[in-house]
Amino acid sequence: MGSLVLDALGKRYGASTAVERVDLDVGQGEMVALLGPSGCGKTTTLRMVAGFVPPSAGRVLIGGKDVTRTPPHARDTGMVFQSYALFPHMTVAENVAFGLEMRRVSRAERETRVREALRLVRLDALEDRLPRQLSGGQQQRVALARALVVNPAVFLLDEPLSNLDAKLRGEVRMEIRALQQRLGLTTLIVTHDQEEALTMADRLVVMERGRVRQVGTAEDLYERPADPFVAGFVGRCNLIEGRLEAQGQFRASSGALLPCAASPAPPGSCILALRPENVSITAGTDGAGRLKMITYLGPQTEYHLDLAGTPLLAIRQTPSADDPLRRLSPGDAVTISWDASAARLLPAAQPETGV
Amino acid sequence: MTLPSPGRVAFAALVGAAFTLILAPVVMVMVISIFRQEIVSFPPEGLTLDWYVNAWERQEFARGFITSLQVALLATLVGVPFGTAAAFALVRAKPRGGGALNTLLLGPLAVPGVVAGTALYMFYLRAEFWLDRDITSTLEGLVAAHVLLTIPWTVRLVTASLQGMDQAAEEAAANLGARPFTVFRRVTLPAMRPGIIAACLFSFIQSFENLELSLLLVGPGRTTLPVAMLNYLEFRVDPTLAAVATVQILLVAVLMLVTDRFVSIARTV
Repeated sequence: MGSLVLDALGKRYGASTAVERVDLDVGQGEMVALLGPSGCGKTTTLRMVAGFVPPSAGRVLIGGKDVTRTPPHARDTGMVFQSYALFPHMTVAENVAFGLEMRRVSRAERETRVREALRLVRLDALEDRLPRQLSGGQQQRVALARALVVNPAVFLLDEPLSNLDAKLRGEVRMEIRALQQRLGLTTLIVTHDQEEALTMADRLVVMERGRVRQVGTAEDLYERPADPFVAGFVGRCNLIEGRLEAQGQFRASSGALLPCAASPAPPGSCILALRPENVSITAGTDGAGRLKMITYLGPQTEYHLDLAGTPLLAIRQTPSADDPLRRLSPGDAVTISWDASAARLLPAAQPETGV
Repeated sequence: MTLPSPGRVAFAALVGAAFTLILAPVVMVMVISIFRQEIVSFPPEGLTLDWYVNAWERQEFARGFITSLQVALLATLVGVPFGTAAAFALVRAKPRGGGALNTLLLGPLAVPGVVAGTALYMFYLRAEFWLDRDITSTLEGLVAAHVLLTIPWTVRLVTASLQGMDQAAEEAAANLGARPFTVFRRVTLPAMRPGIIAACLFSFIQSFENLELSLLLVGPGRTTLPVAMLNYLEFRVDPTLAAVATVQILLVAVLMLVTDRFVSIARTV
């Protein structure tokens, strides 16, 4: 059993469901990301683990102990808040010492551990500052140190990077991941940023409208998405509606017949998922493909295509200067192809139940 | 060298005029208090501190000063905790009808002091009849009335400081192992502190310089300083009052300066 277990955890507010049913087993030292658009229930789930939101169904277990009814102060979690939530009237050192003070750690030990924690986040020179005298990145590191210094059984991160600028975000991301791995922390992180989730977490939980869509490693989600939502949310993806007519034969709703991977699914309406980097194009025509727009992004180039009435996106390494692809311009006819095994069939989107 | 634009000059002039308008009466009072002649006129016939000596020697001012100080301190001591509790409940519990309650608590600001004073006087007389004990012209009666002055200020200032705080800090404290009361003591209360200190200051000043509300509630031997000043004015007009007022002004100024060392008044109010 993992050191953090969510067992059929759910939260309803009156008639509306914030979290439908989350089952999750986070192993010792594992980092799991809850990923999804805003309003998907990921933050509510995290807050149920911390004890700020009482669940309406299911259980939370930390280290095998049922803490579903335990108040926040008695749960052994260390949380980093989106707003950092530092105590504005306390110095950096006092902020970090707070959790130790609550645990009645002796003054001498407190000082040693605070200094150690601040060194860990490279803030040892600033311990007498007040939070308002620090930059956003520094405040965020104080929040990290404050949560880590008490050696929590579970480390919780609520959108920890969303208030940082893009450049800093990349750095702090690496830093948090390195710390988490070095200290072997069982971690749950909430984010709406798929890049953040993909680069930091061992496993991801993709949520949408209170429901878990898929749980898996970054590779699982990217290469073997379970449904069109996951395919579209994790990375970019061409999602083409249509019908499976026979094995390997997919009829797009625009009428074009497209090659696809073998699938156990019976013929019927479904969705073809095709990653843009798997679509290749060559100059010259087979009659069906046409180039609509080119977006040059330096190392890569995006080609917006039309395949017999079906819009398609291809992302290729920018061709070298003497490549004939380099001379293409919008309106030109092109030949579009892909490896049939790269085109996965996904169940058509379920009719939306009003949640 | 470039000349400042006409807009800037006009703005500076406007600011200067506003400050002059606000400060001129205060400065005039202080200046008149050291004129030698009894009837105020320019230019002064000479300068003297005799009026201060006179004010000190007339017992009604000294006693009024003590009474005002007592009333203001007690009213602050009673009113600020009450107002703070009310503000906390309004912001945090968000009770049904909280808006109406808030308006009610700010009410004493809107009712003219003389009206409120008269109403209280009549109410006190009725209560005296039922309870068979003195209320008007007692210290308790005065303090109870002045508590009304302190509550609107306290509610407003403490509400503002509570609304300005990040509630996630309270959750962070709980997450770090603090029980609910410890969270309140270590995180919430410090966040409210500037509001509470400013509320004490303003409550004290409101009470200390109040005339209208107290007018009917004071009694022989228990008169507040502003009422004592008004009584004096009925018989004489000389710079003694200016001297008393100057002491009052200086006391308030010192209070504000001292308070400003702990919390920035400009930022809290």
